[in-house]
Amino acid sequence: MANGTENAGKTVYIVDGSRTPQLKAKNKPGPFTAGDLAVAAGRPLLARQPFEPGDFDEVILGCVMPGPDEANIARVTALRLGCGKHVPAWTVQRNCASGMQALDCAAHDIAAGRASLVLAGGVESMSHAPVLLNTDMVGWLGEWSAARNFGAKLAALSKLRPAYFTPIIGLLRGLTDPVVGLSMGQTAENIAHRFNIGREQMDTFALESHRRLAKAQDEGLLNEIETLYDTRGNAYEHDDGLRRDGDLAKLAKLKPVFDRHFGNVTAANSAQITDGAALLILASEEAVDKYQLPVLGRIIDSQWAGLEPAQMGLGPAHAMAPIMRRRGLTIGDIDYWEINEAFAAQVLACLAAWNDDDYCRTELGLQGAMGMIDHARLNVDGSGVSLGHPVGASGARIVLHLLNVLKRTSTRRGMASLCIGGGQGGAMLVESGRE
Amino acid sequence: MTEFTYKNWRVERDSDAIVWLHLDKAGSATNVLSGDVLEELNTILDPFISEQPRGLIILSGKANGFIAGADINEFVPLKETADALALIQRGQKACDKIAALKCPTVALIHGFCLGGGMELALACRYRIADDDARTRLGLPEIKLGIHPGFGGTVRLPPLVGAPAAMDLMLTGRAIDARAAKKMGLIDYAVPTRHLKRAARGIVMNPPAPHRPKGWLALTNNSLVRPLLARTMRAKVAEKAPAAHYPAPYALIDLWQKHADDPVRMMQEEAASVARFVLGDTAHNLVRVFFLQERLKSLGKKELIAPRHVHVIGGGVMGGDIAIWCALQGMRVTVQDRKHETLAKVIKRAYALYKKRLKQPRLIQAALDRLIPDDKGAGVSHADVVIEAIFEDITAKQNLYRQVEPKLKPGALLATNTSSIPLEVLSEALANPSRLVGLHFFNPVAQMQLVEIVSSPITDPGVARQAAAFARHIDRLPLPVKSSPGFLVNRVLMPYLLEAVTMEWEGVPATAIDKAALDFGMPMGPIRLADTVGLDICLSVAEILSQRLNVDVPPRLRELVSAGRLGVKSGQGFYTYHGDKPQMPRLKPGYVPPSDVAERLILRFLNEAAACLREGVVADADLLDAGVIFGTGFAPFRGGPIHYVHESGVETQRKKLQALEEHYGKRFVADEEWAEL
Repeated sequence: MANGTENAGKTVYIVDGSRTPQLKAKNKPGPFTAGDLAVAAGRPLLARQPFEPGDFDEVILGCVMPGPDEANIARVTALRLGCGKHVPAWTVQRNCASGMQALDCAAHDIAAGRASLVLAGGVESMSHAPVLLNTDMVGWLGEWSAARNFGAKLAALSKLRPAYFTPIIGLLRGLTDPVVGLSMGQTAENIAHRFNIGREQMDTFALESHRRLAKAQDEGLLNEIETLYDTRGNAYEHDDGLRRDGDLAKLAKLKPVFDRHFGNVTAANSAQITDGAALLILASEEAVDKYQLPVLGRIIDSQWAGLEPAQMGLGPAHAMAPIMRRRGLTIGDIDYWEINEAFAAQVLACLAAWNDDDYCRTELGLQGAMGMIDHARLNVDGSGVSLGHPVGASGARIVLHLLNVLKRTSTRRGMASLCIGGGQGGAMLVESGRE
Repeated sequence: MTEFTYKNWRVERDSDAIVWLHLDKAGSATNVLSGDVLEELNTILDPFISEQPRGLIILSGKANGFIAGADINEFVPLKETADALALIQRGQKACDKIAALKCPTVALIHGFCLGGGMELALACRYRIADDDARTRLGLPEIKLGIHPGFGGTVRLPPLVGAPAAMDLMLTGRAIDARAAKKMGLIDYAVPTRHLKRAARGIVMNPPAPHRPKGWLALTNNSLVRPLLARTMRAKVAEKAPAAHYPAPYALIDLWQKHADDPVRMMQEEAASVARFVLGDTAHNLVRVFFLQERLKSLGKKELIAPRHVHVIGGGVMGGDIAIWCALQGMRVTVQDRKHETLAKVIKRAYALYKKRLKQPRLIQAALDRLIPDDKGAGVSHADVVIEAIFEDITAKQNLYRQVEPKLKPGALLATNTSSIPLEVLSEALANPSRLVGLHFFNPVAQMQLVEIVSSPITDPGVARQAAAFARHIDRLPLPVKSSPGFLVNRVLMPYLLEAVTMEWEGVPATAIDKAALDFGMPMGPIRLADTVGLDICLSVAEILSQRLNVDVPPRLRELVSAGRLGVKSGQGFYTYHGDKPQMPRLKPGYVPPSDVAERLILRFLNEAAACLREGVVADADLLDAGVIFGTGFAPFRGGPIHYVHESGVETQRKKLQALEEHYGKRFVADEEWAEL
C-alpha cells in the first residue's frame, strides 16, 4: 500500500539549509555524537537568519539511533541551539528516510496551517551506534543486583556464562531486516540478480559517484556544508569518504561483503557508514513575508510506498511513480534527480525497473515503462557511495542538495528519493524559487 | 510560632521550638558582620544560654548569599592595636557564644559564605549548603594581608584536617558546595528545595559532628605539625615572599605552636590579626580591595543587555575574548576566515571550560554558545561587536565599512586595538562617535582589567555602555583616553625597555628579573617581554617612541630580526621549554649593580606620573587600580602613585635626579612630580 501526501493546503517553502561534512566511521566512535552534529549544522544556519532561534514553531528531526542521552534528539538539539524552552520538538523514525520524514511532517504542519516556521532535518552518528548487552546478560545483571548478601552474590556469580558477554552490535542489527532475515546488502544482491546487474556495472557506477563528488568539491559546489570543529583543534571541511585514487581494476579485486563468495556487492559499491547531519528551514508564506526570507524552493508533493522487504532497494521506483502519475509528469519534466545511493546496484535496479515495461505494469500499476532516467541528471555531485549515508540524515541532505542544484542550474523541478530498510520507498517532488 | 524583629536580625521560633535566626542587614544588599550586626547577635544569643531551644538555625534573608565576611570598612580607620584587638574579639565572642550552646546549631548556607561569615558557620555544630553553582565558601582573609580572626584558625583544622584547612586559609580560594561536602567543611550539600527540611531534620535527629577520618585525623598531632608546617612554608614561599606577605607565615606558626590549646590559640589568633590589620601590607591590600570595588562601580550593568557578542578575528586575543564571553553565558559568534584558526579557538575553549566548569553538561553548553562563524553571519544579531584583527589601519577601516551597515540598531561597536588611535579608525564609520575601545589583556581569562578607550569623539554614553559590558563579563572596566599605549602598555613599556637596556649593558637577565620580583612584581620584566612577544614589544615601543620620551634599545631590534621572539619562538632573552624559561643561574659571588631595581621602578613611576598629568585616567586612584589589575604591580604597595606618596615624593624624586645625571634624559622627572 502506498500513501500519497499531495500538498493540498498552504504552500510550503524551503528557505535555507545546512549540513555537516559527512565523516566516514573509522572502526571507533567518531569525534561527534548525533547531537553534536545536529547542533553544528544548525548553529551557522540559525546565525544567518534574520529571526531568532526562539521564533520556530517546532523542531523535527529524523534519527534512527540517537545516543543514550538524546532519546528525543530533536528536543535536545533545539535546546542546545538556543531555541528556548517554549519551542516544542519531536523526533521521527522511518529508518533510512527519517530525515525526509521530518521534512514531510514539517511540510504537513505548514500546509495545514498548524505551523509557520519549522526547523527540520535529519542526523545520524553511525559510528556511535550502541553496542548492547544480550538478553541473557541483562537477565543475569538483574539477578546480580538483586542479590543482597555474599552468598546470593556467589550463587549469581556461578550462573554467569562466557556467552553472556557476546555483545549485540546495534549497527549490524539495524542494517539487517528482522522479518526476512537479510542484511541490506543481501537485498541489494537480490535486485541486482533480478535485473541482471553485474559487478562491473556496479563498480563503474561507484567510480562515477566518486568522480562527481571530487569535481563538486574542487569546484566548490557543496556550499551547504558547514565546517565541523572538534575539541582537539581539528576542522573538518569536506566529506571525507571521497576516494580520488580508485580505478576499475582496484575495485574488481575487492571481496564481496554480504554474500561472501559469489556476491557482487562490495564495500566500494555500497554506501559508506558515516556520521552527518542536515537541517533545513521550512516556512509558510506568512513567515517568508514576515521575516523577508530568501526562498530556495517549495515542497510540491511527497510519497511513501511499501514493497517486499527483500527488494527494499527498489523503494524509489515505487515511491516516485505515484507522484509522476498524479502530476502527469514524464521523465523529461524532471530537471534533476537525487536517488540516494544505498548501493550502486540498488540505484541501477531502480533505473532498470522504470525502464522495464513488465515491471512498470505489474508492480507499479503503470500503462507501460516510465523510461530511462538520464544518468547525467542523477546524483550529479555524488551520493551515498562517495559521500556516505548517515541513515537518519540522508533524506534531508538530498532534498537540500537537489534545491541547490536547481538553483545553480536555474532549472525548476527536482525529484529526491531513497530506499528504506524494511521494504519502503520515499520520494519528494520540489520546485525551485518562490513561484 | 513567635517572631521578634531586630534591626538586622529576625528571630523566629517554630512549633518544634527550633529558633530560626535570619540575618538581613539593614540598608545593605549584602550581609556583613558589622559592629551593629554582632552586637545584636550577642543580645539575641544571651537568653538561649539558659533557656534551651530545640535547635538554632542561622540563615540569610539576602538573595545573594549567606554572609560575605567582616565589615572591611571598619578596618580602615583603625590606628591603635587595642582598638583592632577589641574589634576582633567582639567577633570571636559572638562565635564562641554560638559554639557554647548546648542545642544543635546549624548554618544554612546559600550563595557566598566567606571570611567572618564562614567563621560564624564554623562556630555552628552543622553546616548545610545549597548545591547551586552560586554557593561559594572560603576564608579569603589572606588576600587582604591578614588571616581568619573569628576563631577560624582554631576551628577549621580539627574539622577537616590540617592539609585542607590550611590550604583554604593560605590560598584564600573559595570552593563550591560539592567540594565543601567532600572536604567535610559542610555536612550536606542539598538542592534549594530541601534546604529548610535538611536543617530541621538535622536538628531533630542530630548526628555526631563531622571529624576528619583516617590519616587526616592525625594531621593536627603535635609530632606531625612541624613536618607539615615546613612543607606549607615552602609552598607559600613560591607565591608570596615573607618580606612582603607576612600573614601566611604567621598563620602557619600559629597553627604549629598552638593547635593543642584552643583557648590560647584563640587569643593568639586575635593578637596576630590585630597586628596585621594595622600593618602596611593589609592596609594596602584593603586599599586594593576598595579600588577594585570602585572599578566595579564604573560599569552600570543596567545600561546594556548583551545576549549575543560577535568577535571578529580568532587570533590569540579575539579567540580568547570570545571564549571568555561564552563562558560568562553569552551566545558568541567568532569570525575568522581560516578554519584552522577557529579550530584552535574551540580547542582552547574546551581546555578552559574543562578546567573551570568541570561538569560535562556545563562544558557542552558553553561550547554550544561559542559559534565558529567563518562567514561573519553573527554580526547582524550581535548586541556587542568586538573587532580584534591584526593591527592595520586600512584593514580595520575596511572591515568597519562592511560591518557598520549590518549592525543592529544600538549595537556596541568596539575595537581591541592596542596601538591605533580610535579617532583614526573611526574615520571609516558613518557614525564615528559609536566606536569605543575594549582593550583586553593577555591572557584574557586571568587578567581582570579591560581598558575602556574613548577618543575625543567617542559618545560618552557608548563608553558607559562598554564599561557596563565589562561588568557583564566579570571584568573590571577602566576608562582611559585614546592616547598611545593607553595606560597599561604605556607605563609598562619604559620599564621593560630599561630592563632590555640593562641586559644589553651586561647585567644578567636573571639578576634584572630578580630585582623586580624582590620589589614585588609578579613576573620579571625580561620574562614578561619574552611572554608578551618581543616583536609585539618592539612594535608597541616604536609606536610609543614617536610621541614619548622613549628610545627603542637596539638589542630589541637585534633579537627580533634574529627571529628570537620570546616564548612563542622558543627563544627570546631566555630559552624556553614549553613556556618554562631556562633561567641561567647567577655566578656565585656575583653582585649586580646597586641601582637595578631603582632604574626599573623609577621609569615605571615616572611614566605613571606623566599619564596622570595627561589625564590618561581620571585620577590617581584609578591609575593605581589600572596598573595593579593590568600589570600586577606589587599589590601590597597599593599602586605606583600611592607608593610614591608612602615612600616619600622627595626621596623618589631625588633618586630620579641622580639617575638622570648618570643615565641621561630618559630619567628627567615629569612635571607632574611637582603636583604629587
